[in-house]
Formats: sequence, structure tokens, C-alpha cells
Amino acid sequence: MSDKKRLDLEYSTHDSDKMRINVGPQHPSTHGVLRLEVEVDGEIVSEVIPHMGYLHRSFEKVCESMTYPQIIPYIDRIDYISAMNNEWPYVMALEKMMDIKVPEKVEYIRVIAAELNRIANHQIAVATFGMDAGAFTPFLYFFRDREYILWIFEKLSGARLLYNYFRVGGVSGDIYPTFKDECLDVIKKVRKTNAEVMDLLIYNRIFIQRTAKIGILPADVALSYACSGPVFRGSGVKYDLRKDETYSIYDRFDFDIPVGKGEVGVKGDCWDRNIVRMHEMEQSCKIIEQALAQMPMEGDVTAAFPKKIRPPKGEIYMRAEGPKGDLGFYIVSNGSDKPERVKARGTSFVNLSVIPEISKGYMFADLILILGSIDIVLGEVDR
Amino acid sequence: MLPNEIYNNLKTEFGDAIIEYNDAQPTDPFILISTGMLFDICHTLRDNEEFLFDYLMSLSGMDLGENVGVVYHLYSMKYKHKLVLKVVAPKTDPKVPSVEMIWRSADWHEREAYDLMGVIFEGHHNMIRILCPYDWEGFPLRKDYKVPEIYRGMKVS
Repeated sequence: MSDKKRLDLEYSTHDSDKMRINVGPQHPSTHGVLRLEVEVDGEIVSEVIPHMGYLHRSFEKVCESMTYPQIIPYIDRIDYISAMNNEWPYVMALEKMMDIKVPEKVEYIRVIAAELNRIANHQIAVATFGMDAGAFTPFLYFFRDREYILWIFEKLSGARLLYNYFRVGGVSGDIYPTFKDECLDVIKKVRKTNAEVMDLLIYNRIFIQRTAKIGILPADVALSYACSGPVFRGSGVKYDLRKDETYSIYDRFDFDIPVGKGEVGVKGDCWDRNIVRMHEMEQSCKIIEQALAQMPMEGDVTAAFPKKIRPPKGEIYMRAEGPKGDLGFYIVSNGSDKPERVKARGTSFVNLSVIPEISKGYMFADLILILGSIDIVLGEVDR
Repeated sequence: MLPNEIYNNLKTEFGDAIIEYNDAQPTDPFILISTGMLFDICHTLRDNEEFLFDYLMSLSGMDLGENVGVVYHLYSMKYKHKLVLKVVAPKTDPKVPSVEMIWRSADWHEREAYDLMGVIFEGHHNMIRILCPYDWEGFPLRKDYKVPEIYRGMKVS
């Protein structure tokens, strides 16, 4: 009896100590090799310190000893899930420096390829986010559909994941005869699955209870952290480079920018970031449909290839809207065929930096969902 | 607002701290400013109603031979104008004031510039390496960098 009393006494006078937990680097829910040092007070997260660099391949140093076209395959590997979108700002920067005008047909092929890749990326993002919340079925549906997109890319470029398709002045190969029909077919499949997933996952009561009102990111915090893409738009800010800083031929298409509205919880929570991705897939489908209808079928896609890629001395910062946000390349040329400096502003790197800010005060299990809602690829964080 | 108008406005306010305006083609026009006044200039650029540069797109370190440079790419959400700022510090004393308190996104960017280029940002709350291991030696993106042969008893090829 006396023993118990002493124990009780000790327990009540003892301050609940904070505990440090290590998550990762080999952990399925960190979506790659990310290590999080988490300080928890009971089950409440009080501090998160990300440690990264496990996948650092010194991309920027490698670029300095490569010629400009040789760099493009390395750029695929920055964010290996959306390689088409990654190549775009880089080739666009070089085209602007060298004053190359690409053929009309190339612009359309690029838009279609990039938007298809955006759909593929968002499918993975929503699928893995659902899996973080405990829903496995949508994951299978999305991966089944993503396969059709990868088949199109395989026929276009020869590769399933790392395409090396966008070249300075054009694309590496022309479209094939059944391209148009296959794209329309894929769109039909994507829309069908999305409608299913909306019922099955997004408006599922358990999923809403699990993801709404956690990881709330106010718009001003997101702005200060320079977030972009669905993470920023989930906080209700209409910021999309395709509209705000129109590049290529995006001004010819009619599409909306979905933003988070706090439909089931608070504006800027995990659910909002996720729904933005779902709506963006539909917008991408709309863009592809319009692009397919407008695209000229005649024309040489390699017509504007320069003989030698030697940009004049100078520097440029070019960015484009990738699926995860704006991906930028800062290229410094010294007039030779190798760059003086290439800096990649990794979207995931910048978006991940907001994690310590928005995960404080939530449960430990929610931290996994908050991380999943940011949609990072460690290849892009570490470069 | 165009970069040369921003330059003129800054020149009247800060005088000698604004060193140079460069708009040689095809370069993006940039403004070279003195290291000492960087924090004040950035603060003005963010908060002044005329500029409102509230979005730091990118921050990169540069090897300039004798010196290291830091390049800031700014963007304004309201006016949708852009600006490139540059500062230069000698390699023997590569100290640049931190702008982490102005744009929170500078936190990790500055750690990256320190990690790879060896620029020391004064006033940064946590100036440690971010991509390389914490005990790595040397700054890999410098042109005169030599890869160490041994790291913790392991051979580095």
C-alpha cells in the first residue's frame, strides 16, 4: 500500500518529460529517405527537425562538367515522378538565352506531355496520401490508371519514368499515329477513377475526420516560406505560374485554378491541399482536350534544333509550374558549351521547410499525414 | 515596376550602398548592392508599398574566383514584378548578413549556400550544413574544391 502511494506521489510531482523520437530515414511514411527528429510531449508533437541529404547526388557540381544537352537526363532525376515538367524550365531557359523559337507543334506536344505528367504525379500524391490515412484501395486504382499514361510516354520517348524528351528547340521524337486517341482514352479513364475516388476516399467520413483541421497552413505563413503549387493554393491563394506568368501557350487554354476553401474543415488544412490536387487533375484533362483539338498534325518537331548549344555569356532564372509547385533553374553561362553554374530551386525542398512550422501541436499520427499532404519527393529535396 | 525604376528609387534612398545596375542582354537585369546594407535594403524591398517583394523565389551562392556571391531572386505577388539582387564577399571573409528574418524561406536556402559554397550568413539562427553530412569538410561547389580521399575511414572515390 505504501509502495503504491509513493509511486502515485512520484508520478504526480514528476513533470512529464519530453521524448525525442527518430522517424526514418528508412520509414515507409516519410516517402523516401527523410529523417525527422521529433520531440513529443506525450503524443503531442512539440518540435520537428528534418535531417536530409541521404539522396544528395551533387547535381549542381555534376552540371559544371557536363554540356548543356547532357544535363537534361540528370534533371529527370531531380523529381523522378514528374520528369517531363522538370525538363521544361531548363530547356525554356536555354531557348530564351539563345533566342530560339520552337515550332507550334512542339509547344502543343510539350503542354500535353506536361499535363499528362501532372496527372500522373497527382495520382501518386493522392494515392500515397490516402495510404497514409489507411485507405489502400484508391492506391491500386490510381496506379492502374497511371500505367496508361506511362505507356503513352514510353511510346513517345522510349522510357517509362526518366524521359529525356524535351530538348533545346524541340522534343526528341514526333508523336505516333494513335497518340490522340490514346490521350482521349486516358482522360476518360482518369475522370472515371477520379469520380470513384471522390466517393470512396475524399468525401469519406473517416478520411475527413482524419485529415481535416490538421496541419493548418495560413496563407501569410505559406507566402513567407515561399510555398508554391498545391501547398500554397490549398491555403486559398490563387497563384499558378501558368496564369500569373504565362509561358509557352498556356494563354490559349481555358482552365481554372482550384484553391482550398476550407470546405470540411479550416482553410489550408491537409484535406484542402489534397482536394486541390484532385481538382487540378480535372483541369489538366480540360487542357489536354483543348490542346489535342488545336494541335497542328503537320510539322517537324526537330526543325528548331540548334547545331551547337552555346548560350551567350549571361545568366537567367526561369521557372515553370510543375505539379508540386514552381521549379526554377538559375543558369549562368560563360559562353562555352558547359555551364558555369546551374542551380535548381527544388520545389519539394522549399515546401518541406514549412513542416516544422505547421506540425507543432498536433498528434504524432497526424504528423505523418501532414508530411504526406505536402507531397515531397526526396530526389528533389536532396538533389 | 521595371528593374531600372526600382534601381533609381533605391539609389535615391540608399545612395552609395547601391553599387551597380547591369542590364546587359540576355542577362536578367540585376542590382549589385553592398553587403553591409543588405538587410535594410531587403527590408525596404519587402515592406515598401511601391515594391512589396514578399516572395523569395531563390537564393543561390556563386563562385566568382576571388569572391563568393549571393544572388537573390525576388517576386511580388501583388505587382507581379521581379528583381535580382547580388552581393559579393571575399573568400577570405565570406560573411553576408542573413535575410532569414525577412523571408522565412531564406532559412534553408542560406544553409544550402553555406553547405555547398561556404558563405557564412551572419545572424542566421542555425548555420549548419543541410545536404552534406554535418562533419563534412570543404565546400563542394567552389571551383577549387578537392574531394577528400577518406571520410570517417571510408574511401571516397
